[in-house]
Amino acid sequence: MNLHPASTRVSWLVGGVLVVLAASVLSLIIGPTDIPRSAVLVESAHRLTPFSFDSGLSETQRAIVWNLRLPRVALGILVGAALATSGATYQGVFRNPLADPYLLGVAAGGGLGATIAFINEWGDGRGLFDGVQIAAFVGALASVALTWTMGVLGDNSRSSTSLILAGVAVASFFTAAQTFLQQRNTQDIRIIYTWFLGGLSSNGWDEPLQLMPVAIVCVLVLAAAGRTLDVLSVGDEEATMLGLSVGRSRIVLVVVASLLTASAVAVSGLISFVGLIVPHTVRLAFGSSFRVIVPLSIFVGAAFLVLCDLAARTLLTPAELPIGVVTAFFGAPFFIVILRTATR
Amino acid sequence: MKIKTLLAMLFALALVAAACGDDLDSPTVTGDAAEEEAMEEEAMEEEAMEEEAVEEEAMEDDAMEDDAMGDVPSRIVSLSPTATETLFAIGAGEQVIAVDSFSYYPEEAPVTDLSGFEPNVEAIAGFEPDLVISSAPVEGLEALGIENMVQFAAATMDDVYSQIEQIGAATGHVGEAAELVGQMQADIDATLASLPERETPLSYYHELDNTLYSVTSATFIGEVYTMLGLQNVADAADPDGEFFGYPQLNEEFLVTADPDIIFLADTLCCAQTAATVAERPGWDQLRAVQNGNVVELNDDIVSRWGPRLVEFIQTAGEAVASIETVDAG
Repeated sequence: MNLHPASTRVSWLVGGVLVVLAASVLSLIIGPTDIPRSAVLVESAHRLTPFSFDSGLSETQRAIVWNLRLPRVALGILVGAALATSGATYQGVFRNPLADPYLLGVAAGGGLGATIAFINEWGDGRGLFDGVQIAAFVGALASVALTWTMGVLGDNSRSSTSLILAGVAVASFFTAAQTFLQQRNTQDIRIIYTWFLGGLSSNGWDEPLQLMPVAIVCVLVLAAAGRTLDVLSVGDEEATMLGLSVGRSRIVLVVVASLLTASAVAVSGLISFVGLIVPHTVRLAFGSSFRVIVPLSIFVGAAFLVLCDLAARTLLTPAELPIGVVTAFFGAPFFIVILRTATR
Repeated sequence: MKIKTLLAMLFALALVAAACGDDLDSPTVTGDAAEEEAMEEEAMEEEAMEEEAVEEEAMEDDAMEDDAMGDVPSRIVSLSPTATETLFAIGAGEQVIAVDSFSYYPEEAPVTDLSGFEPNVEAIAGFEPDLVISSAPVEGLEALGIENMVQFAAATMDDVYSQIEQIGAATGHVGEAAELVGQMQADIDATLASLPERETPLSYYHELDNTLYSVTSATFIGEVYTMLGLQNVADAADPDGEFFGYPQLNEEFLVTADPDIIFLADTLCCAQTAATVAERPGWDQLRAVQNGNVVELNDDIVSRWGPRLVEFIQTAGEAVASIETVDAG
């Protein structure tokens, strides 16, 4: 049974790309500095395509477009796609509408890793494979591994409920450790909290280029796993009867989604709500098959985060808002509107 | 039913997020939160504080009258790094028995693991102090009959001087305190006198950390720069004080603003140097970078408001004086 014919899927793909492109262009041409909008696009085309154009911009303006605006949009696309896609996957794997990419302790583990790194001055969170990024990545994956080990220990059914509960316990424990360390090192609290609130400013192209390979591979794997998620959604026993190796599928999906989330968290901190609301919005708007939800979440997540960052950069210009504040502030009410419209 | 439950839970989540938002909106909750928060509170409660200070002084005067030397505290605990520096600078160091974990200047200060951020009254009382100096009130000390002198973060230079004098009066070092204040004023006046006249003021950016948190002219540090005749590029980011004078700047805005001088107050916290600043993508265009006007400050000195403030003013003053005055057009 195929819910959506190939032609529909192609048009959704094209539509998705267009939405992301539109959000990116908007985000590129608007900024605290007055740079002629068309020139920004000409300069971007000059840099990103093999063709040569003359934008007529000054050295500083060129630097702003190439080193500040473009990498930030690129990072927004990658992180938004990563969080939304892994959120969709988690929701499917755990058959839980409130699941988000931080369900198994990624946020607490990543936060603990980053805290330790900041306190020990392993890095400043910026650049290519910075110490803070690596520590956050390792912490995030370690907490998922710990959650998984505890959740399935002595529970052969490997029910998703015991995993979720283990995730809560691990997250509480790691958060406690993190808070303890922060209280002992109050001089580092500002920089640690700034990291927690998330942000897409980067050290030029370092962060987007670092995230890109992992993001592309993981996102494609998850996008291809829609059918597996659909089968899982009917229940463990039923899925087994349908010929799916439930345990193995679940662990593969969780590992890939966690790897994706941890990579995104490492470069952008903890950005909330994206992984929760984007897949839901897609589901309510386009149907409940994960063959639709996961691929479309990639585009909607990317566009949503790019627009949230645009708001974070411009609402109080020239001051910045933490992007986590924007995603929650606009995301939550928007989601409720979607929910109400869809269920009427 | 299910949808309703979901809706209710999401609403709860939104509320939590909104509640978080409150915290997040204010960068002052982070970093030297205690000090910064104290600073805001202080601005609001300035009057109340002044009264307090007057009372305090009056009380001390009485004490001095009663017994010229016998009543000065001999077991002082300082939970404020600024107060610790002052105590030692005015010769009251020998009366200090314990200081908080961040009071590591001067070297001879008896550092303990007491926290000024989350003070533990029992641990403080364990030292049997007869005076506790802190930058925020320590709840519970009063109940134990231990005097708690609170010196909020200074908002003006006058606060700095009056706090030093207050400590001098409380510890029996009135003369030394007055001498220190006089010396500080003289040194600062000398620095100000050394600055060349300029037709257009120089602009500056003061960096608190490498995520571009900064200070505006409304803060104490900002006022010091104003004193030096500098113009703050961060003022545009917080004109109404929504960020309490501590906005996070947009990088693009900063690059375009192109300040004449960059002051780094994140050399210790975040290992930033003139070299790391020059390496930031796009920053090589900045004239402060090109002309070598990136000034590395000591985070500690800049975040305290004690005797070493003079060192900061001198460093900043030298940087300002070293920049040639532009030929009048």
